[in-house]
Amino acid sequence: MSYLVADNLRGGYGGADILNGCTLSVNKGEIAVIVGPNGAGKSTAMKALLGMLNLREGSVTLGGKDITHMSPQDRVGEGIAFVPQTHNVFGGMTVEENLEMGAFLRTDDFTETMEQIYELFPILKEKRRQNAGELSGGQRQQVAVGRAMMMQPSVLMLDEPTAGVSPIVMDELFDRILEVKQQGIAVLMVEQNAAQALNIADKGYVLVSGTNKHTGSGDELLADPVVRRTFLGG
Amino acid sequence: MPEITDILNAIVLFSNFVLVPAASYGAQLALGALGITLVYSILRFSNFAHGDMMAFGTMVVIIVTWGFQSMGISFGPLPTALLALPFGIVGAVVLHLAFDKTVYKFYRAKKSAPVIFVIVSTGVMFMTNAIVRFIIGPGDQRFMDGTKFIFRPREFKEFTGLSEGLALKSTQVLTLTVAVICVAALFYFLQKTRTGKAMRAFSDNEDLALLSGINPDRVVLITWIIVAALATTAGTLYGLDKSFKPFTYFMLLLPMFAAAIVGGIGSPVGAVVGGFVIAFSEVIVTYAYKKFFIYLMPESLEPSGLMQFLSTDYKFAVSFIILVVVLLIRPTGIFKGQSI
Repeated sequence: MSYLVADNLRGGYGGADILNGCTLSVNKGEIAVIVGPNGAGKSTAMKALLGMLNLREGSVTLGGKDITHMSPQDRVGEGIAFVPQTHNVFGGMTVEENLEMGAFLRTDDFTETMEQIYELFPILKEKRRQNAGELSGGQRQQVAVGRAMMMQPSVLMLDEPTAGVSPIVMDELFDRILEVKQQGIAVLMVEQNAAQALNIADKGYVLVSGTNKHTGSGDELLADPVVRRTFLGG
Repeated sequence: MPEITDILNAIVLFSNFVLVPAASYGAQLALGALGITLVYSILRFSNFAHGDMMAFGTMVVIIVTWGFQSMGISFGPLPTALLALPFGIVGAVVLHLAFDKTVYKFYRAKKSAPVIFVIVSTGVMFMTNAIVRFIIGPGDQRFMDGTKFIFRPREFKEFTGLSEGLALKSTQVLTLTVAVICVAALFYFLQKTRTGKAMRAFSDNEDLALLSGINPDRVVLITWIIVAALATTAGTLYGLDKSFKPFTYFMLLLPMFAAAIVGGIGSPVGAVVGGFVIAFSEVIVTYAYKKFFIYLMPESLEPSGLMQFLSTDYKFAVSFIILVVVLLIRPTGIFKGQSI
Protein backbone atom coordinates (compact mmCIF):
# COMPACT_ATOMS: atom_id res chain seq x y z
CA MET A 1 0.00 0.00 0.00
CA SER A 2 1.50 3.29 -1.06
CA TYR A 3 1.61 6.43 1.06
CA LEU A 4 -0.76 8.49 -1.06
CA VAL A 5 -3.39 6.49 -2.91
CA ALA A 6 -6.16 7.75 -5.15
CA ASP A 7 -8.43 4.86 -6.02
CA ASN A 8 -10.88 4.73 -8.89
CA LEU A 9 -11.63 8.48 -8.97
CA ARG A 10 -14.72 9.59 -10.87
CA GLY A 11 -16.00 13.13 -11.01
CA GLY A 12 -15.71 16.54 -12.64
CA TYR A 13 -16.51 20.19 -12.22
CA GLY A 14 -20.27 19.70 -12.26
CA GLY A 15 -20.96 18.71 -15.86
CA ALA A 16 -19.75 15.52 -17.45
CA ASP A 17 -17.17 13.46 -15.58
CA ILE A 18 -13.59 14.30 -16.41
CA LEU A 19 -12.10 11.52 -14.34
CA ASN A 20 -13.43 8.08 -15.25
CA GLY A 21 -11.93 5.68 -12.79
CA CYS A 22 -8.44 7.04 -12.53
CA THR A 23 -6.10 5.38 -10.03
CA LEU A 24 -2.83 6.86 -8.84
CA SER A 25 -0.44 6.14 -6.02
CA VAL A 26 2.92 7.38 -4.85
CA ASN A 27 5.18 6.35 -2.01
CA LYS A 28 7.57 8.39 0.09
CA GLY A 29 10.90 8.80 -1.65
CA GLU A 30 9.31 8.17 -5.04
CA ILE A 31 8.54 10.31 -8.04
CA ALA A 32 5.33 9.58 -9.88
CA VAL A 33 4.66 11.34 -13.15
CA ILE A 34 1.33 11.77 -14.87
CA VAL A 35 1.57 12.24 -18.62
CA GLY A 36 -0.97 12.15 -21.38
CA PRO A 37 -2.52 14.16 -24.18
CA ASN A 38 -4.22 17.52 -23.70
CA GLY A 39 -7.56 17.25 -21.97
CA ALA A 40 -6.81 13.82 -20.51
CA GLY A 41 -7.57 15.06 -17.02
CA LYS A 42 -4.00 15.22 -15.71
CA SER A 43 -4.38 18.47 -13.82
CA THR A 44 -7.91 17.53 -12.82
CA ALA A 45 -6.61 14.34 -11.22
CA MET A 46 -4.19 16.44 -9.21
CA LYS A 47 -6.95 18.79 -8.16
CA ALA A 48 -8.97 15.80 -7.02
CA LEU A 49 -6.10 14.79 -4.78
CA LEU A 50 -6.12 18.29 -3.32
CA GLY A 51 -9.85 18.25 -2.68
CA MET A 52 -10.69 20.92 -5.23
CA LEU A 53 -13.04 18.70 -7.21
CA ASN A 54 -16.39 17.09 -6.48
CA LEU A 55 -15.75 13.37 -6.55
CA ARG A 56 -18.70 11.09 -7.23
CA GLU A 57 -16.80 7.93 -6.58
CA GLY A 58 -13.44 6.81 -5.40
CA SER A 59 -11.32 7.51 -2.38
CA VAL A 60 -8.09 9.27 -1.46
CA THR A 61 -5.98 8.01 1.40
CA LEU A 62 -2.87 9.51 2.91
CA GLY A 63 -0.78 7.16 4.99
CA GLY A 64 -3.79 4.91 5.42
CA LYS A 65 -6.04 7.77 6.55
CA ASP A 66 -9.08 8.50 4.44
CA ILE A 67 -8.96 12.16 3.36
CA THR A 68 -11.56 11.95 0.57
CA HIS A 69 -13.87 14.47 2.21
CA MET A 70 -11.29 16.81 3.68
CA SER A 71 -11.14 20.49 2.60
CA PRO A 72 -8.09 21.65 0.63
CA GLN A 73 -6.83 23.73 3.57
CA ASP A 74 -7.01 20.78 5.93
CA ARG A 75 -5.10 18.65 3.45
CA VAL A 76 -2.36 21.28 3.45
CA GLY A 77 -2.23 20.84 7.21
CA GLU A 78 -1.91 17.09 6.71
CA GLY A 79 1.28 17.61 4.72
CA ILE A 80 0.21 17.83 1.10
CA ALA A 81 1.93 20.73 -0.61
CA PHE A 82 0.92 21.87 -4.05
CA VAL A 83 2.71 24.02 -6.61
CA PRO A 84 0.22 25.34 -9.17
CA GLN A 85 1.27 25.70 -12.78
CA THR A 86 0.77 29.48 -12.94
CA HIS A 87 0.49 32.25 -10.34
CA ASN A 88 2.52 30.11 -8.00
CA VAL A 89 4.49 32.84 -6.21
CA PHE A 90 3.58 36.00 -4.33
CA GLY A 91 4.93 38.38 -6.97
CA GLY A 92 4.86 41.49 -4.81
CA MET A 93 6.71 39.92 -1.93
CA THR A 94 10.40 39.11 -1.55
CA VAL A 95 11.75 35.61 -2.04
CA GLU A 96 12.29 35.29 1.68
CA GLU A 97 8.74 36.41 2.45
CA ASN A 98 7.46 33.86 -0.05
CA LEU A 99 9.27 31.14 1.87
CA GLU A 100 7.96 32.49 5.18
CA MET A 101 4.42 32.31 3.86
CA GLY A 102 5.05 28.70 2.88
CA ALA A 103 5.76 28.03 6.55
CA PHE A 104 2.68 29.95 7.70
CA LEU A 105 1.10 26.97 9.42
CA ARG A 106 4.28 26.08 11.28
CA THR A 107 4.62 27.33 14.81
CA ASP A 108 8.15 26.06 15.37
CA ASP A 109 11.39 27.70 14.26
CA PHE A 110 11.72 27.24 10.52
CA THR A 111 15.06 28.95 9.89
CA GLU A 112 16.73 25.59 9.43
CA THR A 113 14.26 24.55 6.73
CA MET A 114 14.88 27.87 5.04
CA GLU A 115 18.63 27.21 5.08
CA GLN A 116 18.00 23.79 3.53
CA ILE A 117 15.97 25.39 0.77
CA TYR A 118 18.67 27.98 0.15
CA GLU A 119 21.13 25.07 -0.10
CA LEU A 120 18.86 23.33 -2.59
CA PHE A 121 18.32 26.51 -4.61
CA PRO A 122 21.43 28.67 -4.07
CA ILE A 123 20.16 31.34 -6.47
CA LEU A 124 17.27 32.06 -4.10
CA LYS A 125 19.64 32.93 -1.28
CA GLU A 126 21.32 35.44 -3.54
CA LYS A 127 17.98 36.99 -4.50
CA ARG A 128 16.20 36.66 -1.19
CA ARG A 129 15.58 40.40 -0.83
CA GLN A 130 14.22 40.71 -4.35
CA ASN A 131 10.53 40.53 -5.22
CA ALA A 132 9.60 37.14 -6.61
CA GLY A 133 7.75 38.84 -9.48
CA GLU A 134 11.02 40.28 -10.77
CA LEU A 135 12.72 36.90 -11.18
CA SER A 136 13.07 34.84 -14.35
CA GLY A 137 10.65 32.00 -15.08
CA GLY A 138 13.01 29.28 -13.89
CA GLN A 139 13.88 31.15 -10.69
CA ARG A 140 10.20 31.75 -10.00
CA GLN A 141 9.57 28.01 -10.27
CA GLN A 142 12.32 27.48 -7.72
CA VAL A 143 10.63 29.97 -5.39
CA ALA A 144 7.35 28.14 -5.92
CA VAL A 145 8.86 24.75 -5.09
CA GLY A 146 10.74 26.29 -2.17
CA ARG A 147 7.56 27.82 -0.77
CA ALA A 148 5.84 24.43 -0.90
CA MET A 149 8.84 22.74 0.74
CA MET A 150 8.81 25.13 3.72
CA MET A 151 5.91 23.21 5.20
CA GLN A 152 8.11 20.10 5.34
CA PRO A 153 5.40 18.25 3.43
CA SER A 154 5.18 14.50 3.07
CA VAL A 155 3.72 14.86 -0.41
CA LEU A 156 4.78 17.44 -2.97
CA MET A 157 2.52 17.87 -5.98
CA LEU A 158 3.76 19.84 -8.97
CA ASP A 159 1.58 20.91 -11.87
CA GLU A 160 3.84 21.21 -14.92
CA PRO A 161 6.84 22.67 -13.11
CA THR A 162 8.80 23.06 -16.36
CA ALA A 163 6.11 24.81 -18.40
CA GLY A 164 7.65 27.76 -20.20
CA VAL A 165 11.26 27.35 -19.06
CA SER A 166 14.27 26.65 -21.27
CA PRO A 167 15.61 23.07 -21.65
CA ILE A 168 18.68 23.84 -19.53
CA VAL A 169 16.54 25.21 -16.71
CA MET A 170 14.24 22.21 -17.09
CA ASP A 171 17.14 19.79 -16.54
CA GLU A 172 18.20 21.76 -13.49
CA LEU A 173 14.68 21.73 -12.06
CA PHE A 174 14.44 17.98 -12.56
CA ASP A 175 17.78 17.57 -10.76
CA ARG A 176 16.38 19.54 -7.83
CA ILE A 177 13.21 17.47 -7.81
CA LEU A 178 15.38 14.35 -7.61
CA GLU A 179 17.07 15.87 -4.56
CA VAL A 180 13.66 16.57 -3.02
CA LYS A 181 12.81 12.92 -3.50
CA GLN A 182 16.01 11.88 -1.68
CA GLN A 183 14.65 13.67 1.38
CA GLY A 184 11.94 11.03 1.58
CA ILE A 185 9.14 13.11 0.14
CA ALA A 186 6.53 11.65 -2.16
CA VAL A 187 6.60 13.64 -5.38
CA LEU A 188 3.71 13.62 -7.80
CA MET A 189 3.87 15.72 -10.93
CA VAL A 190 2.04 16.39 -14.12
CA GLU A 191 4.39 16.99 -17.04
CA GLN A 192 4.22 18.04 -20.66
CA ASN A 193 7.84 17.14 -21.27
CA ALA A 194 6.90 13.50 -20.95
CA ALA A 195 10.13 11.78 -22.04
CA GLN A 196 12.39 13.81 -19.75
CA ALA A 197 9.98 13.48 -16.85
CA LEU A 198 9.65 9.72 -17.22
CA ASN A 199 13.46 9.55 -17.17
CA ILE A 200 13.53 10.63 -13.54
CA ALA A 201 10.27 8.93 -12.58
CA ASP A 202 9.96 5.83 -10.45
CA LYS A 203 6.41 5.46 -11.64
CA GLY A 204 4.55 6.75 -14.62
CA TYR A 205 0.89 7.02 -15.44
CA VAL A 206 -0.37 7.63 -18.94
CA LEU A 207 -3.82 9.13 -18.64
CA VAL A 208 -6.28 9.18 -21.53
CA SER A 209 -9.85 10.48 -21.14
CA GLY A 210 -9.62 10.33 -17.39
CA THR A 211 -8.58 6.68 -17.13
CA ASN A 212 -5.25 4.95 -16.73
CA LYS A 213 -4.12 3.83 -20.17
CA HIS A 214 -0.64 2.64 -19.28
CA THR A 215 1.01 2.27 -15.92
CA GLY A 216 4.53 1.21 -15.13
CA SER A 217 7.93 2.33 -13.98
CA GLY A 218 9.40 5.27 -15.88
CA ASP A 219 11.81 3.04 -17.77
CA GLU A 220 9.11 0.54 -18.68
CA LEU A 221 6.95 3.24 -20.17
CA LEU A 222 9.89 4.72 -22.04
CA ALA A 223 10.64 1.27 -23.46
CA ASP A 224 7.03 0.48 -24.36
CA PRO A 225 6.71 0.87 -28.15
CA VAL A 226 3.01 1.80 -27.97
CA VAL A 227 3.64 4.53 -25.44
CA ARG A 228 6.63 5.77 -27.42
CA ARG A 229 4.70 5.95 -30.63
CA THR A 230 1.52 7.53 -29.31
CA PHE A 231 2.70 9.82 -26.53
CA LEU A 232 6.42 10.39 -26.77
CA GLY A 233 6.66 11.10 -30.46
CA GLY A 234 8.62 8.03 -31.68
CA MET B 1 13.40 93.71 -7.23
CA PRO B 2 11.22 93.06 -4.20
CA GLU B 3 12.88 93.62 -0.87
CA ILE B 4 13.87 90.72 1.32
CA THR B 5 11.09 91.40 3.81
CA ASP B 6 8.58 91.33 0.96
CA ILE B 7 9.82 87.93 -0.10
CA LEU B 8 9.65 86.69 3.48
CA ASN B 9 6.16 88.09 3.82
CA ALA B 10 5.10 86.33 0.65
CA ILE B 11 6.53 83.03 1.91
CA VAL B 12 4.81 83.40 5.28
CA LEU B 13 1.54 84.28 3.58
CA PHE B 14 1.84 81.24 1.32
CA SER B 15 2.69 78.96 4.24
CA ASN B 16 -0.16 80.26 6.33
CA PHE B 17 -2.86 79.80 3.72
CA VAL B 18 -1.49 76.99 1.54
CA LEU B 19 1.36 74.89 2.91
CA VAL B 20 0.24 74.33 6.49
CA PRO B 21 -3.49 73.78 5.84
CA ALA B 22 -2.77 71.58 2.82
CA ALA B 23 -0.31 69.47 4.80
CA SER B 24 -2.83 68.70 7.52
CA TYR B 25 -5.65 68.16 5.00
CA GLY B 26 -3.30 65.88 3.06
CA ALA B 27 -2.59 63.82 6.16
CA GLN B 28 -6.32 63.41 6.78
CA LEU B 29 -6.90 62.34 3.16
CA ALA B 30 -3.93 59.98 3.35
CA LEU B 31 -5.39 58.15 6.35
CA GLY B 32 -8.75 57.92 4.60
CA ALA B 33 -7.20 56.74 1.34
CA LEU B 34 -5.21 54.08 3.21
CA GLY B 35 -8.48 52.54 4.37
CA ILE B 36 -9.87 52.57 0.84
CA THR B 37 -6.72 51.06 -0.58
CA LEU B 38 -6.63 48.27 2.04
CA VAL B 39 -10.23 47.27 1.33
CA TYR B 40 -9.52 47.39 -2.39
CA SER B 41 -6.40 45.24 -2.26
CA ILE B 42 -7.48 42.69 0.34
CA LEU B 43 -11.26 42.50 0.07
CA ARG B 44 -11.10 43.41 -3.63
CA PHE B 45 -13.79 46.06 -3.97
CA SER B 46 -14.15 49.84 -3.92
CA ASN B 47 -15.75 50.66 -0.61
CA PHE B 48 -18.14 53.55 -1.21
CA ALA B 49 -19.25 53.38 2.41
CA HIS B 50 -15.85 54.54 3.62
CA GLY B 51 -16.77 58.22 3.99
CA ASP B 52 -19.87 57.46 6.00
CA MET B 53 -18.02 54.89 8.08
CA MET B 54 -15.65 57.74 8.92
CA ALA B 55 -18.64 59.81 9.91
CA PHE B 56 -19.98 57.01 12.11
CA GLY B 57 -16.69 56.53 13.97
CA THR B 58 -16.32 60.28 14.43
CA MET B 59 -19.89 60.52 15.69
CA VAL B 60 -19.13 57.98 18.42
CA VAL B 61 -16.01 59.97 19.29
CA ILE B 62 -18.07 63.19 19.55
CA ILE B 63 -20.73 61.62 21.75
CA VAL B 64 -18.11 60.12 24.07
CA THR B 65 -16.27 63.47 24.08
CA TRP B 66 -19.45 65.22 25.20
CA GLY B 67 -19.84 62.60 27.91
CA PHE B 68 -16.28 63.20 29.12
CA GLN B 69 -16.78 66.96 29.02
CA SER B 70 -19.95 66.75 31.08
CA MET B 71 -18.09 64.59 33.60
CA GLY B 72 -15.36 67.20 33.71
CA ILE B 73 -12.72 64.93 32.21
CA SER B 74 -10.25 66.70 29.95
CA PHE B 75 -6.93 65.89 28.34
CA GLY B 76 -5.09 69.05 29.40
CA PRO B 77 -3.94 71.07 26.40
CA LEU B 78 -4.89 68.25 24.01
CA PRO B 79 -8.44 67.80 22.74
CA THR B 80 -10.65 65.50 24.81
CA ALA B 81 -11.59 63.79 21.56
CA LEU B 82 -8.23 62.00 21.64
CA LEU B 83 -9.32 60.26 24.84
CA ALA B 84 -12.59 59.34 23.17
CA LEU B 85 -10.88 58.06 20.01
CA PRO B 86 -10.47 54.46 21.22
CA PHE B 87 -14.20 54.31 21.93
CA GLY B 88 -14.95 55.60 18.45
CA ILE B 89 -12.64 53.00 16.96
CA VAL B 90 -14.39 50.24 18.87
CA GLY B 91 -17.76 51.56 17.70
CA ALA B 92 -16.63 51.66 14.08
CA VAL B 93 -15.12 48.17 14.32
CA VAL B 94 -18.41 46.82 15.68
CA LEU B 95 -20.38 48.43 12.86
CA HIS B 96 -17.94 47.24 10.19
CA LEU B 97 -18.03 43.68 11.50
CA ALA B 98 -21.81 43.78 11.78
CA PHE B 99 -22.09 44.84 8.13
CA ASP B 100 -19.53 42.22 7.18
CA LYS B 101 -21.41 39.41 8.90
CA THR B 102 -24.84 40.46 7.65
CA VAL B 103 -24.04 41.81 4.19
CA TYR B 104 -20.57 41.37 2.72
CA LYS B 105 -20.09 37.79 3.89
CA PHE B 106 -23.11 36.66 1.89
CA TYR B 107 -21.67 38.05 -1.33
CA ARG B 108 -18.18 36.77 -0.53
CA ALA B 109 -19.55 33.25 -0.15
CA LYS B 110 -21.27 33.64 -3.51
CA LYS B 111 -17.99 34.92 -5.01
CA SER B 112 -19.83 37.92 -6.45
CA ALA B 113 -18.14 40.16 -8.99
CA PRO B 114 -16.45 43.31 -7.63
CA VAL B 115 -19.09 45.51 -9.26
CA ILE B 116 -21.75 43.82 -7.13
CA PHE B 117 -19.69 44.62 -4.06
CA VAL B 118 -19.50 48.26 -5.10
CA ILE B 119 -23.29 48.46 -5.32
CA VAL B 120 -23.59 46.61 -2.01
CA SER B 121 -21.19 49.06 -0.37
CA THR B 122 -23.31 51.91 -1.74
CA GLY B 123 -26.27 50.39 0.12
CA VAL B 124 -24.16 50.16 3.25
CA MET B 125 -23.20 53.79 2.69
CA PHE B 126 -26.85 54.90 2.66
CA MET B 127 -27.62 52.88 5.77
CA THR B 128 -24.64 54.21 7.69
CA ASN B 129 -25.47 57.71 6.53
CA ALA B 130 -29.01 57.32 7.85
CA ILE B 131 -27.81 55.90 11.18
CA VAL B 132 -25.45 58.85 11.67
CA ARG B 133 -28.07 61.48 10.80
CA PHE B 134 -30.60 59.70 12.97
CA ILE B 135 -28.35 59.74 16.01
CA ILE B 136 -26.50 63.04 15.79
CA GLY B 137 -28.48 64.95 13.17
CA PRO B 138 -27.36 66.45 9.86
CA GLY B 139 -26.05 69.69 11.36
CA ASP B 140 -22.58 70.98 12.08
CA GLN B 141 -20.90 69.84 15.31
CA ARG B 142 -17.79 71.31 16.87
CA PHE B 143 -16.05 69.28 19.50
CA MET B 144 -12.61 70.80 19.60
CA ASP B 145 -11.37 71.84 23.02
CA GLY B 146 -7.96 72.26 24.65
CA THR B 147 -5.38 74.68 23.30
CA LYS B 148 -6.41 76.03 19.89
CA PHE B 149 -3.13 77.49 18.70
CA ILE B 150 0.52 76.61 19.06
CA PHE B 151 1.16 80.19 18.01
CA ARG B 152 -1.21 82.84 16.74
CA PRO B 153 -0.62 85.16 13.77
CA ARG B 154 -0.20 88.14 16.11
CA GLU B 155 2.42 86.37 18.20
CA PHE B 156 4.24 85.37 15.03
CA LYS B 157 4.17 88.97 13.77
CA GLU B 158 5.50 90.32 17.05
CA PHE B 159 8.19 87.67 17.16
CA THR B 160 9.45 88.12 13.61
CA GLY B 161 8.49 91.76 12.96
CA LEU B 162 6.95 90.80 9.61
CA SER B 163 3.63 92.26 8.56
CA GLU B 164 2.21 88.84 7.66
CA GLY B 165 1.25 86.43 10.42
CA LEU B 166 1.55 82.67 10.47
CA ALA B 167 -0.87 80.63 12.54
CA LEU B 168 -0.14 77.11 13.61
CA LYS B 169 -3.21 75.41 14.98
CA SER B 170 -2.66 72.62 17.47
CA THR B 171 -4.98 70.42 15.39
CA GLN B 172 -2.66 70.77 12.42
CA VAL B 173 0.35 69.60 14.39
CA LEU B 174 -1.77 66.91 16.00
CA THR B 175 -3.04 65.70 12.62
CA LEU B 176 0.44 65.38 11.19
CA THR B 177 1.80 63.70 14.31
CA VAL B 178 -1.01 61.18 14.57
CA ALA B 179 -0.90 60.51 10.83
CA VAL B 180 2.84 59.82 10.92
CA ILE B 181 2.39 57.45 13.88
CA CYS B 182 -0.51 55.63 12.20
CA VAL B 183 1.26 55.27 8.87
CA ALA B 184 4.49 54.10 10.52
CA ALA B 185 2.59 51.57 12.64
CA LEU B 186 0.65 50.31 9.62
CA PHE B 187 3.75 49.91 7.48
CA TYR B 188 5.58 48.13 10.28
CA PHE B 189 2.60 45.82 10.70
CA LEU B 190 2.34 45.04 6.97
CA GLN B 191 6.07 44.60 6.38
CA LYS B 192 7.33 42.94 9.52
CA THR B 193 4.66 40.98 11.34
CA ARG B 194 3.46 37.51 10.44
CA THR B 195 -0.18 38.59 10.25
CA GLY B 196 0.69 41.65 8.16
CA LYS B 197 2.66 39.53 5.72
CA ALA B 198 -0.23 37.08 5.53
CA MET B 199 -2.50 40.00 4.60
CA ARG B 200 -0.13 41.07 1.86
CA ALA B 201 0.11 37.48 0.64
CA PHE B 202 -3.68 37.25 0.57
CA SER B 203 -3.85 40.49 -1.38
CA ASP B 204 -1.12 39.36 -3.76
CA ASN B 205 -2.42 35.89 -4.63
CA GLU B 206 -5.52 34.66 -2.85
CA ASP B 207 -5.39 31.06 -4.10
CA LEU B 208 -1.77 30.58 -3.17
CA ALA B 209 -2.43 32.14 0.25
CA LEU B 210 -5.15 29.54 0.82
CA LEU B 211 -2.73 26.81 -0.31
CA SER B 212 -0.26 28.09 2.26
CA GLY B 213 -2.84 27.64 4.99
CA ILE B 214 -3.65 31.34 5.55
CA ASN B 215 -7.11 31.64 7.09
CA PRO B 216 -9.19 33.98 4.88
CA ASP B 217 -11.74 34.80 7.61
CA ARG B 218 -9.00 36.05 9.88
CA VAL B 219 -7.51 38.20 7.13
CA VAL B 220 -10.92 39.77 6.47
CA LEU B 221 -11.50 40.37 10.18
CA ILE B 222 -8.16 42.08 10.71
CA THR B 223 -8.60 44.16 7.56
CA TRP B 224 -11.92 45.54 8.81
CA ILE B 225 -10.45 46.31 12.22
CA ILE B 226 -7.56 48.26 10.69
CA VAL B 227 -9.83 50.02 8.20
CA ALA B 228 -12.27 51.03 10.96
CA ALA B 229 -9.42 52.36 13.10
CA LEU B 230 -7.93 54.36 10.23
CA ALA B 231 -11.32 55.75 9.17
CA THR B 232 -12.22 56.85 12.69
CA THR B 233 -8.82 58.43 13.25
CA ALA B 234 -8.97 60.28 9.93
CA GLY B 235 -12.55 61.42 10.60
CA THR B 236 -11.76 62.64 14.10
CA LEU B 237 -8.71 64.57 12.95
CA TYR B 238 -10.70 66.16 10.13
CA GLY B 239 -13.52 67.04 12.52
CA LEU B 240 -11.13 68.59 15.03
CA ASP B 241 -9.39 70.59 12.33
CA LYS B 242 -12.58 71.82 10.67
CA SER B 243 -15.94 70.62 11.95
CA PHE B 244 -18.09 67.52 11.81
CA LYS B 245 -21.01 67.35 9.41
CA PRO B 246 -22.29 64.05 7.97
CA PHE B 247 -22.65 65.50 4.46
CA THR B 248 -19.06 66.80 4.42
CA TYR B 249 -17.80 63.34 5.31
CA PHE B 250 -19.81 61.80 2.51
CA MET B 251 -18.28 64.37 0.15
CA LEU B 252 -14.78 63.41 1.32
CA LEU B 253 -15.25 60.13 -0.52
CA LEU B 254 -14.26 61.72 -3.82
CA PRO B 255 -10.92 63.25 -2.78
CA MET B 256 -10.09 60.11 -0.81
CA PHE B 257 -10.76 57.86 -3.80
CA ALA B 258 -8.86 60.26 -6.02
CA ALA B 259 -5.94 60.07 -3.58
CA ALA B 260 -5.97 56.27 -3.54
CA ILE B 261 -6.14 56.05 -7.33
CA VAL B 262 -3.58 58.77 -8.05
CA GLY B 263 -1.12 57.05 -5.75
CA GLY B 264 -1.92 53.65 -7.22
CA ILE B 265 -4.83 51.82 -5.70
CA GLY B 266 -3.77 48.86 -3.63
CA SER B 267 -0.46 50.49 -2.73
CA PRO B 268 -0.29 51.91 0.82
CA VAL B 269 2.64 54.20 -0.05
CA GLY B 270 0.61 55.44 -2.99
CA ALA B 271 -2.35 56.26 -0.78
CA VAL B 272 -0.21 58.45 1.46
CA VAL B 273 1.47 60.25 -1.44
CA GLY B 274 -1.86 60.55 -3.27
CA GLY B 275 -3.45 62.15 -0.21
CA PHE B 276 -0.89 64.93 -0.22
CA VAL B 277 -0.99 65.34 -4.01
CA ILE B 278 -4.77 65.84 -3.94
CA ALA B 279 -4.71 68.11 -0.88
CA PHE B 280 -1.98 70.36 -2.23
CA SER B 281 -3.54 70.64 -5.68
CA GLU B 282 -6.92 71.47 -4.17
CA VAL B 283 -5.55 74.20 -1.93
CA ILE B 284 -3.04 75.60 -4.43
CA VAL B 285 -5.59 75.88 -7.21
CA THR B 286 -8.29 77.49 -5.07
CA TYR B 287 -6.09 80.00 -3.21
CA ALA B 288 -6.37 83.68 -4.16
CA TYR B 289 -2.82 84.83 -4.89
CA LYS B 290 -3.50 88.57 -5.10
CA LYS B 291 -1.67 89.54 -1.91
CA PHE B 292 1.10 87.08 -2.65
CA PHE B 293 1.85 88.79 -5.94
CA ILE B 294 1.51 92.25 -4.44
CA TYR B 295 4.50 91.39 -2.26
CA LEU B 296 6.56 90.02 -5.12
CA MET B 297 5.67 92.23 -8.10
CA PRO B 298 6.66 95.84 -8.72
CA GLU B 299 3.79 98.23 -8.08
CA SER B 300 3.09 98.73 -11.78
CA LEU B 301 2.43 95.02 -12.28
CA GLU B 302 0.22 94.53 -9.25
CA PRO B 303 -2.74 92.32 -10.04
CA SER B 304 -6.15 93.87 -9.84
CA GLY B 305 -8.12 90.61 -9.72
CA LEU B 306 -8.08 87.97 -6.99
CA MET B 307 -5.57 85.84 -8.90
CA GLN B 308 -7.55 82.74 -8.08
CA PHE B 309 -7.61 79.87 -10.58
CA LEU B 310 -10.79 78.36 -9.28
CA SER B 311 -13.36 79.37 -6.71
CA THR B 312 -13.25 77.28 -3.52
CA ASP B 313 -16.76 76.09 -4.36
CA TYR B 314 -15.15 74.04 -7.11
CA LYS B 315 -12.52 72.38 -4.98
CA PHE B 316 -14.04 68.96 -5.56
CA ALA B 317 -13.69 69.51 -9.29
CA VAL B 318 -9.93 69.51 -8.74
CA SER B 319 -9.84 65.97 -7.39
CA PHE B 320 -12.24 64.94 -10.10
CA ILE B 321 -10.07 66.36 -12.87
CA ILE B 322 -6.94 64.80 -11.41
CA LEU B 323 -8.77 61.50 -11.16
CA VAL B 324 -9.84 61.57 -14.80
CA VAL B 325 -6.41 62.64 -16.04
CA VAL B 326 -4.66 59.89 -14.05
CA LEU B 327 -7.08 57.24 -15.27
CA LEU B 328 -6.49 58.36 -18.87
CA ILE B 329 -2.73 58.70 -18.74
CA ARG B 330 -1.51 56.33 -16.06
CA PRO B 331 -4.32 54.09 -14.82
CA THR B 332 -2.01 52.30 -12.39
CA GLY B 333 -1.25 55.51 -10.51
CA ILE B 334 2.10 56.87 -9.38
CA PHE B 335 3.19 53.76 -7.47
CA LYS B 336 1.90 51.12 -9.90
CA GLY B 337 -1.11 49.86 -8.04
CA GLN B 338 -3.52 47.49 -9.67
CA SER B 339 -4.90 48.74 -12.95
CA ILE B 340 -8.59 49.48 -12.79
